[in-house]
Amino acid sequence: MVSKITSGFEKASKANRAAYIPFIMGGFPNKGTFVSLLKTLDDGGADIIEVGIPFSDPLADGPTIQKAGQIALEQGANLVNIIQTLREEDLPLRAPLVLMSYWNPILRMGIEKFGSETKASNVSGVIIPDLPPEEAGQWIEIAETYGIDTIFMVAPTTTATRLESIVNLSKGFVYVVSMTGVTGSSLVVGQELLDTIANVKRISSLPVAVGFGVSNPDQAASLSKVADGVIVGSALIKKCLESPDGMAAIKAVSDLSLGIVERLGKSQAAGHA
Amino acid sequence: MRKLSVLYKEQKQQVLMPDNRGYFGRFGGRFVPETLMPALEELTEVYDRIKEDKTFHSELNDLLKNYAGRETPLYYARRLSESLGGARIFLKREDLTHTGAHKINNALGQVLLALKMGKTRIIAETGAGQHGVATATAAALMGLECVVYMGSLDIERQALNVTRMKMLGATVVPVNDGSCSLKDSVNAAIRDWVTNVKNTHYIIGSVIGPHPYPLIVRDFQSVIGKEARKQMLEQAKKLPDVAMACVGAGSNAIGLFHAFLDDPVRLIGVEAAGYGLDTGRHAASLCEGSPGVLHGAMLYLLQDENGQITEAHSIAAGLDYPGVGPEHGMLKDTNRVTYVSVTDREAVKGFMDLARMEGIIPALESAHAIAYLGKFAGTMTREETILVCLSGRGDKDVSQVSDYLEINQVN
Repeated sequence: MVSKITSGFEKASKANRAAYIPFIMGGFPNKGTFVSLLKTLDDGGADIIEVGIPFSDPLADGPTIQKAGQIALEQGANLVNIIQTLREEDLPLRAPLVLMSYWNPILRMGIEKFGSETKASNVSGVIIPDLPPEEAGQWIEIAETYGIDTIFMVAPTTTATRLESIVNLSKGFVYVVSMTGVTGSSLVVGQELLDTIANVKRISSLPVAVGFGVSNPDQAASLSKVADGVIVGSALIKKCLESPDGMAAIKAVSDLSLGIVERLGKSQAAGHA
Repeated sequence: MRKLSVLYKEQKQQVLMPDNRGYFGRFGGRFVPETLMPALEELTEVYDRIKEDKTFHSELNDLLKNYAGRETPLYYARRLSESLGGARIFLKREDLTHTGAHKINNALGQVLLALKMGKTRIIAETGAGQHGVATATAAALMGLECVVYMGSLDIERQALNVTRMKMLGATVVPVNDGSCSLKDSVNAAIRDWVTNVKNTHYIIGSVIGPHPYPLIVRDFQSVIGKEARKQMLEQAKKLPDVAMACVGAGSNAIGLFHAFLDDPVRLIGVEAAGYGLDTGRHAASLCEGSPGVLHGAMLYLLQDENGQITEAHSIAAGLDYPGVGPEHGMLKDTNRVTYVSVTDREAVKGFMDLARMEGIIPALESAHAIAYLGKFAGTMTREETILVCLSGRGDKDVSQVSDYLEINQVN
């Protein structure tokens, strides 16, 4: 079975560009705007959409995503009702969905139930930032039963031995963390990142997407030359936080997305080298 | 009590080491972002090596003795014992160490470890400020840069320790997230570590965090129990019938208990019941919590039905944490340790009792263990003994306690 996520990358690749993977926080800034943002991103060129599950203690996230998570929690959002929203709302999204959640909410829900419910909500993949391969055994079995891709992260500090097992366990794509740091730090595309991407490519045919710190079209453009996908989270959330209301947030997210998608072309990007 | 002693003799030997994935029973492990996994692997390797390294241990023992003032005394608290009218109570005086709490045992060990790993920058979280002060002290001693994360609520209620840390050359970074206390300062420290892992060692102050931290901190703190066991045999001519300590995240308790796990000694951990267990505003993760993942490990914690970590409350900043070290989870599951709790109010009474009866002002954290004595020491006989870990001194708490007494009109 070809993963829906892999197809998302193939679609972008046929159009000769890197995949655009926006991240938004479930239930942020409120349920209605969250659903509208999903549709906006889907219409606005997203190849895959990442939906964050708010957590009280998001230790891999910087201030922007922390803030969004806190607002979502105050709005009553949680893993159970976000999955429900994805199922109940009329969401014929073209882009496959990836959930990003810390491990404890999933544990609390029950990992078997999490597998069946996410599947029923048309979720294609999950990213669990605090679940390294060593702790993921039980989950991977369940994910495989339900045909959900588990995407693992490769960091700048990842050793060669670890890299191999992470890449071999990953399904859908490999998430390369652009730098040592939390989400939303400022990114400089340097040699270390290029080496990491090359190392992943050497041992795997899976698409490679880069995330953490991609905040503007210029950065997206330079990454599109070396990666198969570009993940943008904090920059979009920041636009929402700066917007006076839901309508403005949707417009700001749509504008930034269009600006990024325009610059993801592989051949066009070469001109900017 | 005697019957219980016999029971423990029949119990199987306790598990003393975590498995190779860092699990104590079903608790522990490593639940952290990939960026940190290689650092944890390196830390495990270096720690395994130095465990057998005689030079490392003689260096550490020299610091513990000549710098930190170990061994700490074991003191027979005659007036306190007599007032309760039962067992003889012995206090293990960790409050008499340099910097005033057991935290220095771990800070010195881990700073030496950081030097072995070639790290030049030290970070720490702190609640009551005792671990922050101990780490700032150890970093000053070794000439290392030191950054301490501290919740803004704790900065307010432990102002003395903030000043001490600054004088010792540390940078104190206020944390304004969540409950603005210990839990949030651990998040902030982990975020710093993720960013600066290449040159930075994170000195966790308690037996929490991803493997190998719960093991390392326990090993460095186990000096408490080793000394106390020997001192009990010297002074009381026998092992204590009961050994007890307060439990926040659990480092002084593990440090005391470890030497007695295979002995016929009843072990009691005293958690913070805050305003009372039934109010939901407490920090009693073992008495009231359930297993989950926080700060990189599977442990007993306070959470809601959606797996969000709930805010803990305790008058003692050092106990104000919604989780408890993985080894305690195992010791609870195997019933080797009994975990109980006392309220803020009871703890303040324990604080005052010790001050008035023994001339010792204890840390509010340690006052929880003192307070629980009142619930059972009187039912024991004079031939029996109770060993209590007096984990720290209370200078940092005097203004908070006097405010509390004024508002609540206790005493």
